[in-house]
Amino acid sequence: MNPYDEFDLEAGLDAAIAAAAEPDVPAPPPWRETRVVGKPLPRIDAYERVSGTAVYASDVILAGMLHAAVLRCPHAHARVTRVDATRARRMPGVRAVLTPDSPGADIPWYGGQKGPLSRLLDRHCRFQGEEVAAVAADTPYQAHDALAAITVEYEVLPFAVSIDAALDKNATPVLDGPGNRAGDPRVVERGDIASGFAAADVVVEETYSTATEIHVPIELHGCVAKWDGPSLTVWDSLQGVFPAQATLARALGLPIARVRVIGPYMGGGFGAKLDTGKYAVIAALLARETGRPVRLFMTREDTITSIGNRPGVKSTVKIGATRDGTLTAIEFRCIGSGGAYSAGGTGGVDWQPLDLYRCPNVRTVSENVFMNAGPERPFRAPGHPQGAWALEQALDTLASRLNMDPVALRLQNFTEVSQARPGQPRYSTTGLRECLTEGARTFGWDDARKAGQRGALTASARGAERGGAVRGGAERHAAERRGVGMAAGMWRGGAGGPPSTIIVRLLADGSANLNMGASDLGTGTKTVMAMVVAEELGVPLERISVEHADTGTTQYTGPSGGSKTVPTEAPAVRAAALAVKRELLALAGAQLQVDPATLSIEQGAIVGAGEGGPRLKVTEVQALRRRGVLVGVGIREPDTHGLAVNPFGAHFAEVSVNTRTGEVRVLRYVAAQESGRVMNLLTYRNQVVGAVTQGAGLALTEERVLDEVHRGRVLTRNLYEYKVPTALDVPPAPECVAIDPHDEVCNTAGAKGLGEPALIPSAAAIANAVADAIGVHIVDSPITPARVLEALARRS
Amino acid sequence: MASSHDSDHKCACAGGLSRRGFLTSVGTGAIGAVATAHMASAATADAPVETIDAGAHVTVALLVNGTTHRLAVEPRWSLLFVLRERLGLTGAKAGCERGECGACTVLVDGETRYACMTLAVEAEGHEITTIEGLMHGEELGPVQRAFVEHDAMQCGYCTPGQVMAVEGLLRTTPSPTLDQIREGVSGNLCRCGTYAHIFQAAERAAELKRG
Ligand code: FES
Ligand code: FES
Repeated sequence: MNPYDEFDLEAGLDAAIAAAAEPDVPAPPPWRETRVVGKPLPRIDAYERVSGTAVYASDVILAGMLHAAVLRCPHAHARVTRVDATRARRMPGVRAVLTPDSPGADIPWYGGQKGPLSRLLDRHCRFQGEEVAAVAADTPYQAHDALAAITVEYEVLPFAVSIDAALDKNATPVLDGPGNRAGDPRVVERGDIASGFAAADVVVEETYSTATEIHVPIELHGCVAKWDGPSLTVWDSLQGVFPAQATLARALGLPIARVRVIGPYMGGGFGAKLDTGKYAVIAALLARETGRPVRLFMTREDTITSIGNRPGVKSTVKIGATRDGTLTAIEFRCIGSGGAYSAGGTGGVDWQPLDLYRCPNVRTVSENVFMNAGPERPFRAPGHPQGAWALEQALDTLASRLNMDPVALRLQNFTEVSQARPGQPRYSTTGLRECLTEGARTFGWDDARKAGQRGALTASARGAERGGAVRGGAERHAAERRGVGMAAGMWRGGAGGPPSTIIVRLLADGSANLNMGASDLGTGTKTVMAMVVAEELGVPLERISVEHADTGTTQYTGPSGGSKTVPTEAPAVRAAALAVKRELLALAGAQLQVDPATLSIEQGAIVGAGEGGPRLKVTEVQALRRRGVLVGVGIREPDTHGLAVNPFGAHFAEVSVNTRTGEVRVLRYVAAQESGRVMNLLTYRNQVVGAVTQGAGLALTEERVLDEVHRGRVLTRNLYEYKVPTALDVPPAPECVAIDPHDEVCNTAGAKGLGEPALIPSAAAIANAVADAIGVHIVDSPITPARVLEALARRS
Repeated sequence: MASSHDSDHKCACAGGLSRRGFLTSVGTGAIGAVATAHMASAATADAPVETIDAGAHVTVALLVNGTTHRLAVEPRWSLLFVLRERLGLTGAKAGCERGECGACTVLVDGETRYACMTLAVEAEGHEITTIEGLMHGEELGPVQRAFVEHDAMQCGYCTPGQVMAVEGLLRTTPSPTLDQIREGVSGNLCRCGTYAHIFQAAERAAELKRG
């Protein structure tokens, strides 16, 4: 992996379709009955997480450890003309200072097509929050004192922090130019949209936009770095330790084998922690200079300006359909900005219009613009919620123009074929139809949609209102309008695929250890994988330990992201457990002098076929006792089915809108998801609940605001201004309908990814419910009270 | 234990610091920032106030999870910093150090409080409970058990703070309604979005606590 390139989320998503050599051991048959997999089991590391004993990177305290802090450019665009750290270096507790003149400051950073675009500490700062200097001191307080004592002189340069400003003909290029367009637009086309629109009875066209969102994992970005002579160890808060290992080795000119990255617990990432950042290289440089371990955690403000974001996107959708709701053409144009260095402002946005619904004539155009703001970074289903926000609202408008139920409209255009992929392969399974019908049934969609009820309060809304009497009142009732809405979505990834190498060890007492490179982001990866081991080896979960996410002790895998962790790791874990099982049965067969093929494992014992057959406790297998361990290695082989593997979902929301205050509350929510096999119903539901919460944020509260007029700075640099949903902003009890299509071909675990697909339709479902309540679509996210009131004023 | 406090070390927790004043002294740490040794509250603002250098140390005795710890602190050090970095109690997390996220939530005299917005010197003379203090040896307390049962966590980084928020709520409101629970944890962000499971866990914890 090239550390100077943004982690390419889309690379590998289609690995499932790649041709592959036949593996040595034939793939195991799909599970039919399972004993452990699928059950709603509490996570195996819940104790550590609720007791405070889990050690996150930010909890690592080493003897003699110093604390580092980073000075950042306060301007949207500036050139550093002078840095004077004389005073800072003399301050109490200060042990080292890095400036753009220090060794290592010129390490290349941010990859472009023609090489690096910037340096670790670069004098040319292209967005507010770029790194200028750093300090290591005995306490974090002293480090921050020292930052304040560094004098930096800047030549402030003209900036562009909006797409319009960046495209202005007089705009200063953010990079080398000319202009600020990041290459040619991506154009994808099939069929002929002109004839498609000509064949349509109804055509709708509308423009939508989503605000830029910030990831805001609650554990900040940062690490502890420590040298032992030529070897570097870094404890980092990451979604994957192996990309970080490669990045650090490359940046510091070390062999990969001399860099160890450790990160078994991490406090949230959502895409922002797929790889490490400048902070780790800075910490390593400071640690090398001082000969002491260095901790560097960014401030919350700095993560908001500098770590990355989900780019806001403006999309224009034009859809044509015949009377019966059959789509005849979709034209989709979008434009977005990946900020200063990343050209990926609209990556993934076009996938919903291209692949979700059957439509022979589609044209999408995606344009990207550079501007002086923090670079884009993959954020949970990159581009997809933005695309769904536009497409699903447009379909809602189309449904009402056709006088058709929104669910029926989507069912009418259901497809089993991935039209966006070359050769249009079938999906291994698609549960979209069941998500739509079962979701609607659970929600009570038909009743909720009955004429005469919309725009008024339903019984359930009244109930919720009574429950919330502390904040309500009779007057409030009169202003409340209720509405229901739905949306569907699919995730482009979710298939999983190589690489992953797993080791399972069976120990002398019959307990087991799972050794896995992958990080557990809180999705329950460790638990699900331990369940796979339990399933195959018959070892109870309490007797399985897991070590993971440590480049020094576990094996290579990609970062946990792209909703590919379960479909990547579970087949490899299964293969490793089966390797152990094969060896165990072979040894037992030799001991019992029977054919191993007649043996199986039942509750800690090896049993032969038939009544009164041989029976041997696992702990009585002599070879296991003698060796003390049996080791099985599992490798994630490529899938060879040639099918498209994608997860699907359909979401249903009921909202109330206060027409006096503009406030929107989500009262009720049903999310139906199809992600192949449900591996653990409890953590599955939790993923869906979490996605709905984040969707509510996109729909209602989250917006990074830049000062476009005066200084180009970020105006939402803290969590009061940048509003992550709180417990008061979410539906109190979202319901998850888990559709299991019994996918026996997608991979040997039968599971697809879940975390991202569950987010994709959520904001659009809420937006459609708001439109149902007030009779007008709010096309821009977030749906703030001000926007609701404006829309109502426009309507009347 | 409490007797070890100097009688003149009056804590101004109730009066509270203004948020702005706190930020000046702790924030990005302008040099020469001063903090008052005894954190005089607004009510005593007219009285002469002793000021000391940001870098100077004072001795405090902190009663944490039933044990008194005597240590030298800078007056500007937050309770969170002292708990984590000086006492090694890393259960309380740092998510913003500005009173925005709730990851640092602890109980001070049984009430939930952001440890990042509390100075260590302010906390003297008060009973501090961290997540480590909810354990009975290696056994989880009832709120923690309920969180496990209902999978009220994902990454787990906000979780100690959420557990403390629920613990604090149940100490004053043993049988909370859903709305009281939502209010009770509304100062604790969960970016993984597990709120619905936290609500269930809080209800279950109330049950477990009632026995
Ligand atoms: S760390 Fe205290 S509120 Fe965020
Ligand atoms: S569990 Fe991750 S922030 Fe709450």
